[in-house]
Amino acid sequence: MSTPLVSIKDMGLRFTAKRTVSAVNQISLELAHGEVLGLLGESGSGKSATLRALLRLYPESRAKVSGQIRIDGQDVLSLKGRALEQYRGGTVSMVFQEPGLAFDPVYTIGQQIVQAIQAHAAVSQQDAAEQALAMLERVQIPQARRRFDAYPHELSGGMRQRAMIALALSCKPKLLLADEPTTALDATVQIQILLLLRELQKEMNMSVIFVTHDIGAAVEVADRIAVMYAGRIVEQGAVADIVHRPLHPYTAGLLASSVGAANKGQPLQAVPGSPPDMSNPPVGCAFAPRCSRASDICRTEAPPVEQLGGRSLACWFPLHSEPT
Amino acid sequence: MNTHPLTVDIHQDRGGPKQALLEVRELKKYFPVRSTGFAAAPKFVHAVDGVSFSVAKGQTLGIVGESGCGKSTTARLVAKLMAPDSGSMVFDGDGVDEFRGIALKDFRRNLQMVFQDSFASLNPRLTVAQTIAFGPQVHGMGAQEANQLARDLLARVGMEPDQFGARYPHELSGGQRQRVNIARALAFDPRLLILDEAVAALDKSVQAQVLNLLQELKSERQLTYLFISHDLHVVHYLSDQVMVMYLGQIVEIGPVERIYGHAVHPYTQALLSAVPSMDPAQRTLASPISGDPPNPIDPPAGCRFHDRCPKAQAVCKAQAPRLLSVAADAAHQVACHLNDPQSGHGAPASSATYAGLPLREVSA
Repeated sequence: MSTPLVSIKDMGLRFTAKRTVSAVNQISLELAHGEVLGLLGESGSGKSATLRALLRLYPESRAKVSGQIRIDGQDVLSLKGRALEQYRGGTVSMVFQEPGLAFDPVYTIGQQIVQAIQAHAAVSQQDAAEQALAMLERVQIPQARRRFDAYPHELSGGMRQRAMIALALSCKPKLLLADEPTTALDATVQIQILLLLRELQKEMNMSVIFVTHDIGAAVEVADRIAVMYAGRIVEQGAVADIVHRPLHPYTAGLLASSVGAANKGQPLQAVPGSPPDMSNPPVGCAFAPRCSRASDICRTEAPPVEQLGGRSLACWFPLHSEPT
Repeated sequence: MNTHPLTVDIHQDRGGPKQALLEVRELKKYFPVRSTGFAAAPKFVHAVDGVSFSVAKGQTLGIVGESGCGKSTTARLVAKLMAPDSGSMVFDGDGVDEFRGIALKDFRRNLQMVFQDSFASLNPRLTVAQTIAFGPQVHGMGAQEANQLARDLLARVGMEPDQFGARYPHELSGGQRQRVNIARALAFDPRLLILDEAVAALDKSVQAQVLNLLQELKSERQLTYLFISHDLHVVHYLSDQVMVMYLGQIVEIGPVERIYGHAVHPYTQALLSAVPSMDPAQRTLASPISGDPPNPIDPPAGCRFHDRCPKAQAVCKAQAPRLLSVAADAAHQVACHLNDPQSGHGAPASSATYAGLPLREVSA
């Protein structure tokens, strides 16, 4: 076995301001070269915060990251100065949910990609422009030469997201972090972007962490899925296992509450209640107040993460692999 | 519920069961765009361009389409939140805001709306109970009675009145706020409820709770829904009739099972196959259509879908298709030359294949 590209051990993230919020608690992850992980969760579950912490985007004065993060042999939490700059964009890069907000509105798309390339490699302006143009063509932007000189607001949503992907991949990162890249897009455009990401991932043999709240989107691109709830990874496993045989009651509830053609005319199996407030998380298992299987131990003690042959699970009373 | 003074006479069924609750005829709304340059011809966004449909009593009409297709504008026009450029509406047999028709004030009591942004649609300075009681009080209900009504409605949408009644909107979660919005909409005992992306901003597990609530309320109060969403799964689950819009026009309308099972319009077929597969063994292989929806300022001539359509022919560029019934089912109407034998389009209509491409992986 080769060493994994990404290895996260007991990572925690606390925001300290007027009140302290533990956004992420003790998560552990490993990701091999060329593997795609879908990070699935509802709003406030800490999935986007995890990505931003991996890229060291939070100021150290406000956010404390604990634990150990190793990506491509580097200890991410100790990176400083020039090394951190090279790490961001060079080793790890990110695609954001709102491409309209992630681009600088006063520079053209081409200028921004050229700038990124020149920040990471000593290439001439002309070579960088050629690389940038090739990248725009690679992400299937029609009339790439014209779009090269376009400002972000002149592009449609789908096109902007393609340009965002071109920018993120322009320095050939080994790991791509995708933070809900298709949520803001229309259905017919979403599927195009998902297919593009899958194609580029295979071609460049990148690893991808794909954050989404849409199970369908995760199933389309991911090899493995990690389900997050209230800052913890509650279940992790291969896509088919998670979708067909969920072990954690939350995963099962999430799957059951997804509306499909099958349940027309009958009430949906909804999970009662709503996600907990992270500044005041419940003692014990965070899902216990909403769980039908909860008993006393769930309300007093948080379940440890257990390894079960290729999957991991944090639950005192997992569902058995009955056919669902 | 029918005891308080508001519900006398204006809420009763006047047209009988055969009369559609709402009929909309040739609704049009163009928004002017500030023109650039001197003496440039004024431009318009063709937001809603000649939309006609009807909703039968007790039914749910789902409106689907991508952003910018005019579905929210249609909802706002129906609710009379903005005036249409042309077109008329008939509510239970009476013309809306017409001579001898139903007065606007009475129409609005019969129709309520729930919006996507649950926070922006609540007054931050009123408590939840005050918000719900506000409308009935404006229409002449006593304060005490209105307050009792608010408490009853809160309890009905699954929120304990003693616990939540005195709270402000910022103290509630998104799902709870949307429940309050639904309770407020029900305060007039309306007959038609317009739900404009009402569950889109909610998390999946909470969305299912609200959908269940909507289903219960519908059968309990004989409500009629106009349900607008971009989520095809949710529309399938909730709707009896489905209307598909593209760039301000109806491309296909019909019973939900016809639309989801036997869609005729290439756009509807593409939209339905663009839904991510839930089975890892059957991932999507090819995108059904390329490109983004075009700009509604200058919609393409002829059929508005022709520049993205894999089956477009010369006639599609030249002539706009008419909305015609499909042979198999008269209630199922499509605006496509493929469905019009006199249009001169060469290819036969088919609903099973999509330009000969397999779109899903076959499970091994």
